[in-house]
Amino acid sequence: MDTSVVLSGLKLDNPVLAASGTFGYGREYAELYDIDILGTFSFKGTTLEPRFGNAQPRIAECEAGMLNAVGLQNPGIDAVLREELPALASVFHKKLIANIGGFSLEEYKECCRRVDSAEQVGLIELNISCPNVHEGGMSFGTSPESAAAVTAAAKSVTSKPVYVKLSPNVTDVAAIAKACRTAGADGFSLINTLVGLRIDLRTGKPLLGNITGGLSGPAVFPVALRMVSQVAEAVDVPIIGMGGVSSAENVIEMMMAGATAVAIGSENLRNPYACRDIIRALPGVMERLGICRLASIIGCAVPREGLIPGFRCEHQ
Amino acid sequence: MRQDIFIVTDNRALGAGLYRMDLDGDTRGVRGEGDFVNLSVPEKYLRRPISVYRVRPGRMTIVYKSVGEGTHHMAQWAPGVRADVLTGLGTGYDAARSGEKPLLIGGGYGAASLYGLACALARAGKSPSVILGFNSAEEAVLLKDFVELRDLGSSVRVATRDGSAGVRGLVTDLIGDGAAQEYTSIYACGPLAMLRALAGKTTALPGQFSLEARMGCGFGACMGCTVGTTRGPARVCKEGPVFDKEEILWTQV
Repeated sequence: MDTSVVLSGLKLDNPVLAASGTFGYGREYAELYDIDILGTFSFKGTTLEPRFGNAQPRIAECEAGMLNAVGLQNPGIDAVLREELPALASVFHKKLIANIGGFSLEEYKECCRRVDSAEQVGLIELNISCPNVHEGGMSFGTSPESAAAVTAAAKSVTSKPVYVKLSPNVTDVAAIAKACRTAGADGFSLINTLVGLRIDLRTGKPLLGNITGGLSGPAVFPVALRMVSQVAEAVDVPIIGMGGVSSAENVIEMMMAGATAVAIGSENLRNPYACRDIIRALPGVMERLGICRLASIIGCAVPREGLIPGFRCEHQ
Repeated sequence: MRQDIFIVTDNRALGAGLYRMDLDGDTRGVRGEGDFVNLSVPEKYLRRPISVYRVRPGRMTIVYKSVGEGTHHMAQWAPGVRADVLTGLGTGYDAARSGEKPLLIGGGYGAASLYGLACALARAGKSPSVILGFNSAEEAVLLKDFVELRDLGSSVRVATRDGSAGVRGLVTDLIGDGAAQEYTSIYACGPLAMLRALAGKTTALPGQFSLEARMGCGFGACMGCTVGTTRGPARVCKEGPVFDKEEILWTQV
């Protein structure tokens, strides 16, 4: 049973990652289980300067999901490189993903430049899709031109692979992915959260301090699958698929849609052992479905000219 | 932090929307002095953080108010229900810093968070003074438990907004200007407006306040419950829920 996959030269034992923003800098989970079992994880979205984030409340709930409006709270890239990564080194021995946010091209560039020298970072995930900050953030990810500009800025200062984290809050995700690819993107992560709103019935006011928040959880899984499949059809580089993934079956479905690796997000918050449980369940589900090598199913459901969607076990 | 299955052994309405639930299971992660547990409610996506009322080995008691859909479902749990619970979360009250004459102030169901602390202080011979505030007498369902601590040297006073029990008014009306001379410390849990007013009235008295926040995970991963402190951003679920009142930045709660 082969669960290994490769992201731009970074070989992963299995395709299961923990998504940025649900795993901090790894410490809380390392107290619970051996996080070396993960394919890898993407650390909390980090910016050049420290950020407090948004006013309370930052969390709301809905059927099959949740809204968050944390607003990129983080201690700043220097503190992450100086304190978080050295502390992580004793409990996590694989290369991880650095999720980088920003508010200007210069800021993205400077942050990526500083991350470039971090040994522990295997690839950079450019967050151009955070819906919870009012300038920068998602505004970079909603037009092909600005998304390409951020990609090019990051590529100009780092030799690490650059993956662009795409927003689902757009009409044509494939056009944005193509523009980033032309600007040098080595891969893509998607989807970030969908902008949502909840209202407190007792006060008649929006429930979140930021008014709107990002929707995640099983509610968004079909949207994520659709968008991953559209990007897989449009570009020829690896995709980290995410959005509502909560089981080993979901991981496989996401890979069939075109993802090379699959990140678990909100499910970690409900079940702190979610990634561990999914990694454990994966070989059993593969066996049941007759999948011998996980990498062989990547994108099997994506319509491509001359190919019939579907997969066959190579050993059958 | 631990994740364990607890079995509900009792779950009863106390009145005024409050419920008390006994849960049997591995209580090694539970301290019962201002800490909380995070319960999975099968019908809801996120867990529900509830403060611990009291604990003895193998059994913990929580008191919660049925205020929304999650707690409404919890109120239906019958004995025998298996609950998935995270324990060993956050930072509760530090009883060791009480001094000889601690003052405990609970507003509404915030009183629930203080009961274990009151017991611990009373047992340690600290004779805590307790002030509980409610909208009206029928909300004062936990009062009886606190009154029973009188035998251990504790005193209890009550303020109600409508005057139906104790003094008519707010808990702050029961604190004189000489509080810093009268008491050695203050511990409080209740609505934010109450805590804010208390902080303003007791600047010379060291204190620990328990904050409430909507949480995503309850174990420090999502930054959903962050408030501002003089130490920098702090998570209600990890560095809190109890903070030294002097470190709380009231513009960032």
